[in-house]
Amino acid sequence: MPQVTLTVNGTKHTVEVEARTLLVELLREKLRLTGTHVGCDTSQCGACVVHMGGDSIKACTILAVQCEGADITTIEGLAKPDGTLHPMQEAFREYHALQCGFCTPGMVMSAIDLVNKHPGGLSEQEIREGLEGNLCRCTGYHNIVKAIAAAADVMQGRRSELARAAE
Amino acid sequence: MNVVAPFEGIGASVRRKEDLRFLSGRGQYTDDINRPGQTHAFILRSPHAHAEIRSIDVTAAKAMPGVLAVFTGADMAGIGGLPCGWQIHNKDGSPMAEPKHPVLAEGKVRHVGDPVAVVVAETKAQARDAGEAIVVDYNPLPAAATMDQALKAGAPQVHEGAPGNLCYDWHIGDKAALDAAFAKAHKVVSFETTNNRLVPNAMEPRAAIGEFDPQSGDYTLYTTSQNPHVIRLLMGAFVLNIPEAKLRVVAPDVGGGFGSKIYHYAEEAIVTWASARVKRPIKWTAERTESFMSDAHGRDHVSRAELALDADGKILGLKVHTLANMGAYLSTFAPCVPTYLYATLLAGVYTTPVIYAEVKAVFTNTVPVDAYRGAGRPEATYLLERLMDVAAAEIGMDRVEFRRKNFIPVDAFPYQTPVALQYDSGNYFATLDAALQAADWKGFEARRAAAKAKGKLRGIGISTYLEACGIAPSAVVGSLGARAGLYEVGTIRVHPTGSVTVLTGTHSHGQGHETTLAQLVADRLGVPLANIDIVHGDTAKVPFGMGTYGSRSLAVGGSAMFKAMDKIIAKGKRIAAHLMEASVEDVEFDRGTFRVAGTDKTKSLTDISLAAYVPHNYPIEEIEPGLEETAFYDPKNFTYPGGCHIAEVEIDPDTGKVSMVNFTAVDDVGRVINPMIVEGQVQGGVAQGIGQALLESAIYDAQGQLISGSMMDYTMPRADDLAPVSVATHTTLCTHNPLGVKGCGEVGAIGSPPAVINAVVDALKDYGVRHIEMPATPAKIWNIVNGGRKMAAE
Repeated sequence: MPQVTLTVNGTKHTVEVEARTLLVELLREKLRLTGTHVGCDTSQCGACVVHMGGDSIKACTILAVQCEGADITTIEGLAKPDGTLHPMQEAFREYHALQCGFCTPGMVMSAIDLVNKHPGGLSEQEIREGLEGNLCRCTGYHNIVKAIAAAADVMQGRRSELARAAE
Repeated sequence: MNVVAPFEGIGASVRRKEDLRFLSGRGQYTDDINRPGQTHAFILRSPHAHAEIRSIDVTAAKAMPGVLAVFTGADMAGIGGLPCGWQIHNKDGSPMAEPKHPVLAEGKVRHVGDPVAVVVAETKAQARDAGEAIVVDYNPLPAAATMDQALKAGAPQVHEGAPGNLCYDWHIGDKAALDAAFAKAHKVVSFETTNNRLVPNAMEPRAAIGEFDPQSGDYTLYTTSQNPHVIRLLMGAFVLNIPEAKLRVVAPDVGGGFGSKIYHYAEEAIVTWASARVKRPIKWTAERTESFMSDAHGRDHVSRAELALDADGKILGLKVHTLANMGAYLSTFAPCVPTYLYATLLAGVYTTPVIYAEVKAVFTNTVPVDAYRGAGRPEATYLLERLMDVAAAEIGMDRVEFRRKNFIPVDAFPYQTPVALQYDSGNYFATLDAALQAADWKGFEARRAAAKAKGKLRGIGISTYLEACGIAPSAVVGSLGARAGLYEVGTIRVHPTGSVTVLTGTHSHGQGHETTLAQLVADRLGVPLANIDIVHGDTAKVPFGMGTYGSRSLAVGGSAMFKAMDKIIAKGKRIAAHLMEASVEDVEFDRGTFRVAGTDKTKSLTDISLAAYVPHNYPIEEIEPGLEETAFYDPKNFTYPGGCHIAEVEIDPDTGKVSMVNFTAVDDVGRVINPMIVEGQVQGGVAQGIGQALLESAIYDAQGQLISGSMMDYTMPRADDLAPVSVATHTTLCTHNPLGVKGCGEVGAIGSPPAVINAVVDALKDYGVRHIEMPATPAKIWNIVNGGRKMAAE
């Protein structure tokens, strides 16, 4: 069986996989990192989005063996070791941007990459278009869009702390 | 010590307790659970809509690497079929046709996706590989893929026991009175429409793990369910013959349901039954394409309505004829959806004095159809609210004034409709006025003109709606054919140091119960939210409850909790009276403090709970130790949320694409416990309603192949398809439950589709369009705009 060595959330792993094993299967089944979800089989829903070298990728659309030497971050690796949430995680909670939570890990990972790729900030329309690869069936996206805008303000230094949602 | 922060109680937008685990990847959905020694199941499904199974050869599959067992329908013979939970009667009083729904196909397959065989193997990939080695010899038969095809003379028969593919022919209302009303009519407006078939598509695919303990003989099923007790009862008693005490059903974190996870599905029975054969736990998780062809679909009605009006535009009567697609088998609650959850809603918010509705339910070679967010009520609302617009246009009356003229007056409650329901409260004028103002209805023509100057077609549409939820009074639904009670249970367990565990028979799969239900306790008992835990979704922990659907969790489950808290407070007063040497009648309770009336003598809830569990100074002869109470609550009536939705759209005539510009919802959901969560529920429901109106449709070809069978083919709403949804509430309290709550889970999906289509038709009014069927896709609209009336979408 092929072997792959990769770093996940700062820890190096060497794992035996089948050639057909997908990255998402490696994460969920071999490393038991079940925060990364599978919501479709056609690369449509984005529930499986993780970061590879800082870029968001769909973990259902890449083979584990393609990840040799890769640096992967999953939803489990976002918060600081003391439990402090990433501003994007905090914003999702503050703006009620999640309901059932199933799309949430992928949505958060996509959102962080989206903000990072737009250092000058994002308009509402740019956020909506940037979420093209992520489906949510619960929220209608509106609160997700608001959360991303609020998190971007913190991530990009325009605010020192997260703006509270309107009551 | 318990000190309540006042903002945690009823009416506070408390941030959700459940979010931290979901946001950090620590949710525990069924597929995240791995049991020791776990194996994996692959389910081989029919590629044909309708076929005889001549033979199944599993020899090669059994020899594949890692395979533990292969089972077919023959192995499961003797197992009961999947039961139906609601029996409808025909016009002549005879019961509906109720053909067997085998767990694995027995001799015949009846829809694409019908389970034929199951492989159990060490890994998921091995199970799938072996599934591909099963050889099934099918004799394909002509299919009844649509209701049209199914009802034709000589049509292929889906079931021998359902002649003409008819499940039932049902009616409600007074036909003679209706005929009399129509005879007096100044004008009769007719309207026909199809309510498009939808695929619920909760983001978490269904999954199930069956586990059998050979030593104890106990079974455990982990499943993606909205109602674990119902699954335990149906599967244990009717399918597998396992006593309740030997069967535990756990519904852990569930990633969305929208109705589709109410039902007892074949895969749950398969993994549970097979786990006792292979003596290992078995996990099955649907691939999305399996979800498309095995999760119950929603809607799929074809209706014709006639509205009788007097010369002033008052409604005299409504006549409705509806065909409802059941699919190939009766899903758990399918028969009640187009009857008691649909035709009883046809009065809407109007004073229509006479209504008569006929509903024929039809078997077809398609996936079973059952309740999907709103269930029957969206179909009724869509028919009625489109009909109101069509009628207003035909009599030349303003569509808002026409509605207002026919509203049930504010002082008419309780209001008895001609179709069984009695509305307890509402104020449709108030929600209408608030929505018109919030949407700047008056300023619309200026916006239309501005859009026109840019070459765009702008339209605005309204829907004034009502729904019935908080299901339901057990005796009432029992008399209508339900084979279940619809009460709910709540246990309040006050621990010795005053923290609280709540056991509820409802289930949260996105609704935020861990927060909202805790707020009820915080508000009443004065316990900080952080010290309140909500336990649900496990038959081994929670008393027998009925689960979550029909916006019932707060109205029914919350009311059960309220009753249990009554008992806690009553017992606490007796204990407090003893401790403070006062008479029970003199003890008052308010948010965590027992006080002797008119004095400064007080005891906290914690003092009382500690005394109850350490009963040293305690009237032990009169009062039992402990502070834990359970209450079962059976609602007295449905609840009736309602309101007004306004959609504003803009159409690009060059592409036919409809853009949502704005959406305004003003809903009366009764007392609001957590405004943030209510707003989120409405926004999500509206998104699904916009999806139905503009994007989504499950499409079968003439041979019964599901054409829209993946997320590449079925158009799910994405962030850039939607616009901000402005949500407001206007409250009239429910008069018959102790919380005054009505329910908010379904209103968005019920009120919104007609508002959107009314807006699209309004935008196209210069093109002579009377109606456009859902989904209003760019192709349909482009044809209208560019092809002239002949190619109109109707």
